[in-house]
Amino acid sequence: MIASFVNIGERTNVTGSAKFRKLILAGDYAAAVAIAREQVANGAQVIDINMDEGMLDAEAAMVRFLNLIAVEPDIARVPVMIDSSKWSVIEAGLKCLQGKGIVNSISLKEGEAAFLDLARRVRRYGAATVVMAFDEQGQADTAARKVEICSRAYRLLVDRLGFPPEDIIFDPNIFAVATGIEEHNGYAVAFFEATRRIKEMLPHCHVSGGVSNVSFAFRGNDPVREAMHSVFLYHAIAAGLDMGIVNAGQIAVYDEIPGELRERIEDVILNRRVDATERLLDMAGSVKGQARQATVDLSWRQLEVEKRLEHALIHGVADFIEIDVEEARQRAARPLNVIEGPLMAGMNVVGDLFGAGKMFLPQVVKSARVMKQAVAYLMPFMEAENAGGAREANGKILLATVKGDVHDIGKNIVGVVLQCNNYQIIDLGVMVPAARILEVARAEAVDVIGLSGLITPSLDEMVYVAKELERQEFTLPLLIGGATTSKVHTAVKIAPHYSGPLVHVVDASRAVGVAGNLISPNERERYAAQVRADYRRLAEAHARGREVGRRLSLRDARANKAGIVWQGYQPPRPARPGITVLDDYDLAELAERIDWQPFFQAWELAGRFPDILDDPVVGEAACSVFADAKALLRRIIDEKWLTARGVIGLWPAGTAGEDDIEIYADERRQGVIAVVHTLRQQMAREKANRANLALADFIAPRESGIADWLGGFAVTAGHGLDPIVADFERRHDDYGAIMVKALADRLAEAFAERIHERVRKQFWGYAADEDLSNEALIREEYRGIRPAPGYPACPDHTEKRTLFDLLAAEANAGMALTENFAMVPSASVAGYYFAHPDARYFGLGRIHRDQVEDYARRKGMSLKEAERWLAPNLAYDPELGEG
Amino acid sequence: MSRGTNNDRLARTEALTSTLAERILVLDGAMGTMIQRHRLDEAAFRGERFADWSCDLKGNNDLLSLTQSAIIASIHRAYLDAGADIIETNTFNSNRISLADYRMETLAEEFNEAGARLARAEADAATERTPKKPRWVAGALGPTNRTASLSPDVNDPGLRNITFDDLAGAYREAAMGLIKGGADILLVETVFDTLNAKAALFAIAELFDELGFTLPVMVSGTITDLSGRNLSGQTAEAFWNSVRHASPLTIGLNCALGAAEMRPHIAELARVADTFVCAYPNAGLPNEFGEYDETPAMTAAHLAEWAASGLVNLVGGCCGTTPEHIAAIAAAVDGKPPRRIAELPRALRLSGLEAFTLAS
Repeated sequence: MIASFVNIGERTNVTGSAKFRKLILAGDYAAAVAIAREQVANGAQVIDINMDEGMLDAEAAMVRFLNLIAVEPDIARVPVMIDSSKWSVIEAGLKCLQGKGIVNSISLKEGEAAFLDLARRVRRYGAATVVMAFDEQGQADTAARKVEICSRAYRLLVDRLGFPPEDIIFDPNIFAVATGIEEHNGYAVAFFEATRRIKEMLPHCHVSGGVSNVSFAFRGNDPVREAMHSVFLYHAIAAGLDMGIVNAGQIAVYDEIPGELRERIEDVILNRRVDATERLLDMAGSVKGQARQATVDLSWRQLEVEKRLEHALIHGVADFIEIDVEEARQRAARPLNVIEGPLMAGMNVVGDLFGAGKMFLPQVVKSARVMKQAVAYLMPFMEAENAGGAREANGKILLATVKGDVHDIGKNIVGVVLQCNNYQIIDLGVMVPAARILEVARAEAVDVIGLSGLITPSLDEMVYVAKELERQEFTLPLLIGGATTSKVHTAVKIAPHYSGPLVHVVDASRAVGVAGNLISPNERERYAAQVRADYRRLAEAHARGREVGRRLSLRDARANKAGIVWQGYQPPRPARPGITVLDDYDLAELAERIDWQPFFQAWELAGRFPDILDDPVVGEAACSVFADAKALLRRIIDEKWLTARGVIGLWPAGTAGEDDIEIYADERRQGVIAVVHTLRQQMAREKANRANLALADFIAPRESGIADWLGGFAVTAGHGLDPIVADFERRHDDYGAIMVKALADRLAEAFAERIHERVRKQFWGYAADEDLSNEALIREEYRGIRPAPGYPACPDHTEKRTLFDLLAAEANAGMALTENFAMVPSASVAGYYFAHPDARYFGLGRIHRDQVEDYARRKGMSLKEAERWLAPNLAYDPELGEG
Repeated sequence: MSRGTNNDRLARTEALTSTLAERILVLDGAMGTMIQRHRLDEAAFRGERFADWSCDLKGNNDLLSLTQSAIIASIHRAYLDAGADIIETNTFNSNRISLADYRMETLAEEFNEAGARLARAEADAATERTPKKPRWVAGALGPTNRTASLSPDVNDPGLRNITFDDLAGAYREAAMGLIKGGADILLVETVFDTLNAKAALFAIAELFDELGFTLPVMVSGTITDLSGRNLSGQTAEAFWNSVRHASPLTIGLNCALGAAEMRPHIAELARVADTFVCAYPNAGLPNEFGEYDETPAMTAAHLAEWAASGLVNLVGGCCGTTPEHIAAIAAAVDGKPPRRIAELPRALRLSGLEAFTLAS
């Protein structure tokens, strides 16, 4: 790496970063190391490390921190600047550096002998050094004194010690300007002048400085400070500055500083006018208080109001939206014109950028937040005008999560995206019965209906809604979306029941295009026919594909069960059998366990975490949404917005018959209190060593006499979520509402993961010595599984009823089930624990009528009902029979 | 010091530097490989003096300088006869940290002095036989068996089982013995952790200050595997930036790799180092029995190519090489011009695990 100007990261400096200081004082070195890593990732070419803090054993802290980062290759790759006013700390640090670093600093403060002694030792440890313009008389403030001290130091080092001149870095002292004290006005100019002469006179040496000092008079006013740093650096680099200790993220771009502000700052920095300080102070008042986004590029505030609105929408900046909207309103004939004019124009740009893949979902949702706040501001004016006249939308779309389902993050995102594209959205929320969907669709004369759902029974409910629409002779376009929906399901199961236009929408980014096609009078027929033809081909291919697959009879499948040898197996007896309630669980502990990967999927950002943060395409959007998520997570925890509650149970159990697991009242194993019904894979196995699995295979058979156990759990992080979401929505903040829901989901998953770990190590206790990193936990490198009813190994949602009853989940954790067995609150996870070392996750796949008949008999339900709940897994069409 | 006068020492250093500018010099080959050929048993290692020592001593090769000095002298002689210009003392592990394995930490200085004395005598005898081909003794300072940059416990990455000061103390004592025994050069070799080497260089510089004179210092790193890094994670250029302050006479690489694998890293050092470059690779990579298969002709062919490409000033062999290898290498580089020292613009050259350059 060859550089011409070096940014030295200053965030691992306890005197410069309050956050770093707190972490070090608290002994949280892991988090402190993360700051160093982030700093390097953000482009720091050298990192400055300073532990000079009165409460700290600075030597010990320096050694510990350096030793920790030494083994982190992504940090240790850059050189270190060891920064301390105490030589003992510097020397302790030098003894930890295998690389060649920089000492910051030594000076002539204590005279020549002491200076030469320290320089000789710096050299012996193989470091370069910063030399402060400081001598026996004090710190140099004029150019002449700076040059004089630096020249003297240079001659001593080079001539007396043979110190390599290229390893000398002078710091000619950057002092604060515009302090109100007249003598200070020339400090920046003196620095530039000194830098220029030092570089001319003293061959090969370098010049560095702590840039943030210059703006000290404006502390509290970051926009002005950042602009001052930028202006200062611009002139200092021109004079020969080689390095700056500065937070690279806190420098404005010189060219983007608004002209007048820049001029006034230059007046101050270059000491061009007597009244320069006053003039900058005058202006600083108006610049102060602007948010950070604005300060990155202040120039947009100088634009025409239309352009300012566009900028606010594209960048999702809500801070000035009311001021700007008000200005636009005063200019417009009617408030509605503001919406239809500049705001819609801005949103069109957002829509185009999103469509072109130049903006990503989180950014679009932020844009929508700004739009909603702008519209909310205008509403009272429009009502006062009483002009009625709703604005002309592209169309009216009804959205609903179907009956029995409570999941709505994806639906809400689709709603926001469509609103951004000027569709009017009527959102009926969650658990919406078919009758209500039809009623509202008719009353509101909507143009399109969109159905959403996450759990598998919702697929069936969607079929039902489609049948009802057909029966009541609707011809509206119907959109299908949600995690378990698919194009194949839509084509095979829904299309035969609805003759109107029908489209499966794979994600929010597609919704706009689909809606546009379906509403356009010119496109609608052609598009709908094309999709229908496509679905017909898909359905036919699906039917053909099904005929080819070889199947195994239930009897044969059972004969090929998992080959676990029970003889000699000693199931571990739980350390704490029965029910354990986990009330008000520590959210901070859960936050550490979050698996972030699905969070980015929820925001439709493709890539693996954490690599996604560096992704050239979506990295910026991912970093931004991740930062927002972490900030919100902090508040959720600190302000206790959510309450995590859970319950686990560990019961004596045994497999009865082939595929059922009996739960016994106690360890005498006589009274059966419940039966867990499992399903068995029926795909034909080509390889002899692959079994046809059912979860029951992982529990010892009753008749073996082996005392086995089954566990169950139900956990939620969703208590308290609804009012928080409502509050965000009231403030027209969809971004926050979606974010908090997505985080609640992550916390619930983390809760499940954490409790599983504690079950393994503590409550059941069969893996007390397990010691896995979070990554290893996410990769599931542990003994035992926690399959959830409704997911691939046991897809029947109705089994949740048994589980909830066993756990008394309602009483113990405040959790309930809807009629379709969705869990309420929605941010919940429930499942079983299997402890056998051979227990593993699998997908049930397609099953055949012989098993469904057997299952219906075991569960005491009709074949028809069993077929309904197992519809996604049926290898046959119940209406046609098995061909 | 015991060997010769200040003037003798200065003359030898002067001759070494001027010879390096004229031709490619040859270092010796493996000591351990040659010792193995003698199949010494526990009693042979112990000799009379350590017959009642409290722990096993077989495998303590450096001890043989005291207990089987004739064997060590004969190995030195074999390498000198093969054409080595510089021989290495039998002192790779002669520091108190490594010797603690044999409860011999208090004998560190004696080991070094004895090792240097043996090599000195053989080198002087050879110089006497062929005065036109003077020979030098490089006092070997191995890496010790601890690492200052790495934690011994994966669960506690901040932990260290050795400090810079402990290392510097051990190296100082070892260097003192080597100088007393008459070494012409101090060779800090097989550097797998650069911080260990920096402690050695620190100690050597402090010792020179005390003694009032200096000897040439050679530094040789070890790229531990095909990742192109040493064990502590540095690239070749970062390693050079880390030790350049000691103004070593040579910088180079040895051990771990055969010539084929070592070449790109030697080429990198040849490009960036404004001093002489020294390379002494293993005789290939070890086979599944831990033996080295590369024949003298094969190793020599690689080094001949390096010489022809202008990469090296000093060549020899490490693990698995023998006097036959050294003879072949000496013949292969004979008459080939030495590498010209790189001239680099002055710049602030720093390093973490990677090199960082700020132009002046």
